[in-house]
Amino acid sequence: MKRYFRELSVLGALAAVLFGMAIFAPAFFSPQPLLSLLTREAPTLIVACGMACVIITRQIDISVGSMFSVCSVCAGLLAARGWPLLLVLPASILLGAGLGAINGLLIAGLRLPSIVVTLATMVTLRQGLNLVRQGEFVNLPDSLQWFGLSQRSGQLVLVGASLAFLVALALAMRHLAAGRFVYAVGTDAEAARLAGIRPQLVTFLVFVFIGALTGLAAMMNLAQSPQVQPLSGAGLELKVIAAVVVGGVAISGGRGNLWGAFAGLLLLACVSPALTHLHIEAYWEKAIQGAIILLAVVADGLRSRKAKR
Amino acid sequence: MPPAPLLALHQLVKNYGGVRALRGVDFNLHAGEVHALLGENGAGKSTLIKVVTGAHQPNGGTITLAGQCVADLTPATARALGIACIYQQPALFPDLTVAENLALRLESTSAASRIDWAARRARAKELLARIGAEISPEAEVSSLSMPEQQLVEIACALGSGARIVIMDEPTASLTQKEQHLLFAVVRDLRKNGVGVIYISHRLEEIFALADRVTVLRDGQSVGTHAVSDIDEAGLIRLMVGREVAQIYPAAESAPGHAVALSLRDVGCHVSGVRNVSFEVRAGEIFGLGGLVGAGRTELARILFGLTPADSGEITLHGQPLTLRSPQDAVAHGIAYVPEDRRRHGVVLALPIAHNMTMAIHRRFFPTTWLRFGAERTLALDFIRDLAVKCSGPDAPGSSLSGGNQQKVSLARWLATKPKLLILDEPTQGVDVGAKSEIHKIVRRLAKEGLAVILISSDLPEVIGMSDRIGVMGGGTLRAILPGGSDPHDVMAAALGTTGKSAA
Repeated sequence: MKRYFRELSVLGALAAVLFGMAIFAPAFFSPQPLLSLLTREAPTLIVACGMACVIITRQIDISVGSMFSVCSVCAGLLAARGWPLLLVLPASILLGAGLGAINGLLIAGLRLPSIVVTLATMVTLRQGLNLVRQGEFVNLPDSLQWFGLSQRSGQLVLVGASLAFLVALALAMRHLAAGRFVYAVGTDAEAARLAGIRPQLVTFLVFVFIGALTGLAAMMNLAQSPQVQPLSGAGLELKVIAAVVVGGVAISGGRGNLWGAFAGLLLLACVSPALTHLHIEAYWEKAIQGAIILLAVVADGLRSRKAKR
Repeated sequence: MPPAPLLALHQLVKNYGGVRALRGVDFNLHAGEVHALLGENGAGKSTLIKVVTGAHQPNGGTITLAGQCVADLTPATARALGIACIYQQPALFPDLTVAENLALRLESTSAASRIDWAARRARAKELLARIGAEISPEAEVSSLSMPEQQLVEIACALGSGARIVIMDEPTASLTQKEQHLLFAVVRDLRKNGVGVIYISHRLEEIFALADRVTVLRDGQSVGTHAVSDIDEAGLIRLMVGREVAQIYPAAESAPGHAVALSLRDVGCHVSGVRNVSFEVRAGEIFGLGGLVGAGRTELARILFGLTPADSGEITLHGQPLTLRSPQDAVAHGIAYVPEDRRRHGVVLALPIAHNMTMAIHRRFFPTTWLRFGAERTLALDFIRDLAVKCSGPDAPGSSLSGGNQQKVSLARWLATKPKLLILDEPTQGVDVGAKSEIHKIVRRLAKEGLAVILISSDLPEVIGMSDRIGVMGGGTLRAILPGGSDPHDVMAAALGTTGKSAA
């Protein structure tokens, strides 16, 4: 109980918000808007799962937004050329994994700090994409829209798939040896090495993993709109990192889990619709999200200070 | 009556928790004197320095500086009173130039004042010239070699007008030429009335440089002598002193005849290990003795594939090994319980059970799907078998005492069912009870046929526990002695002298 206090407190905050909404704006709970909200957040959730793994390994990846844009545009172009969904989807995932592998090679192979490497790839990919595409939108074929299903079934598929993935990965992090390795490396890479684990390999794979997930998330986003613009992933990294940190994954590595990251994501995602329903100006959204992040970080700081005493 | 000594310590006591590091040490240092401090690892030398430099507060006794009693010494006041310490590892800012580093220590300007760069450079140049160091004040510290950085530290001590300079193994990383330079600097300091406390394991340096020598043993001073009144054998006798207490469990069986591990001319350029050859038989405890920096941990790191050997041959049960990574070592049945257990042996944030299975994931979880039930059973077995005092397999490593953490670290490697177990300082900082329990466990493991390499700086431990003792020094094996040898012989071999009385 005490061990998961941090996750439970985020869950408590989320419950409080939902409870408040139930009293003051019951309309919030009508099924269709709620489903739309979850659909919009589905790609973010997938990337957040990857980011949680990266941060647990005591690394960070701020290039996810740019990777997302690149995957979106490339997948969109392939689809526009008439590639079927069953080929575009793996292509997008592979592209993402390849981009992640570049990050991983630089970080694990050359032992460069991940914040600098991913900052560089973030800028390079974003500006490269702008240069090539000149801001041009890609019109997507109708067949891609909701994977050719009705809107409602498409939404259900996306939300269902993202939640299923979350559950699968959360179980894997706990029940697979690989998950143990991620936690061990993030807690103390040298200790892990002395226990026969290869920290550099784990680090590399984690970056490939988040790249692949970003490619997947890009596809889940494409399915939701008739066209894709080159800036589609802008700001994704901040959103994802914020969700993970609010959810109790320690930026210093080795601590946290995916459930917390999920709760953090929902808490931040609820802000905007909650404001709409309470008839508060939308300008407050970012301020409130910022306050939540600050609160989470301060709480972590106070807790670790208390632990040190 | 002679003038009051520069520094006088009277009945100094320092405890760390229950460990008594200093138990009433008397020590004095006169102006214009080089006073050597000698003792085994853990005899209390570093603690003494930490107290004198104000880094740690003593629990009892007095410190008198030039006749004045000082209470509440802090690093800042110690520096203001003219105490400078040159550590083995220089504490300089690597990205700043030499002149800037010196200025940071020596100039006391407010943040807003203008910096006189010309004066700063000139001063650095003058200080470096005084010690005969050919270092440019403009050089970045990161571009300097370790001995050059040490010279910068000395320049710094000189510039601060220090009256007492403490040198902690200053020659450990110096070449012959640099040593002579350093000796000249020390003699120069002495001529100028500075008192030097000189810590070294190299007896010949002490005889070449020091005026007096004080030997510490078990946190007590066991004698101060003028260097001219004592010889090497006498010093070794003082250092070792006590008899090996009979608290070590006796060997229950003679080691078998099958050779488990064999090393022939093993060396590693990077870590400075050269030409090490020995054999360890199954069921044998092979002790590795020597002083800090002798190359014992470095040798263990070679055997565990952390710093692969670049020469020589290693065979385990007749099979030649190439050990290029810890994975190789683990695959061949080599286990290494590292020295710094809080840092490397146990991941403190993780539960005991996770820690115990960390090295055996591939074998223990063949489907990679973790079997929590089996993990728990294994952890409970080890907790019972090694008598780990804990609230259960889910308790985090951080909740355990040092001795119990060590047992968890040991359990992790016993779980791999190793053929060779390397223990690096297994009882360092462990209380007496847990220590003897660990000794019994190690004995039992040897009886069960495991080949054990026991690295220990605790001389009685290495002598009492080992079937044979390899004594290392300067990165190579200096001697192989039988277990239960005379401590004087072991110390003499470690110091690289003939130990005349023993011969």
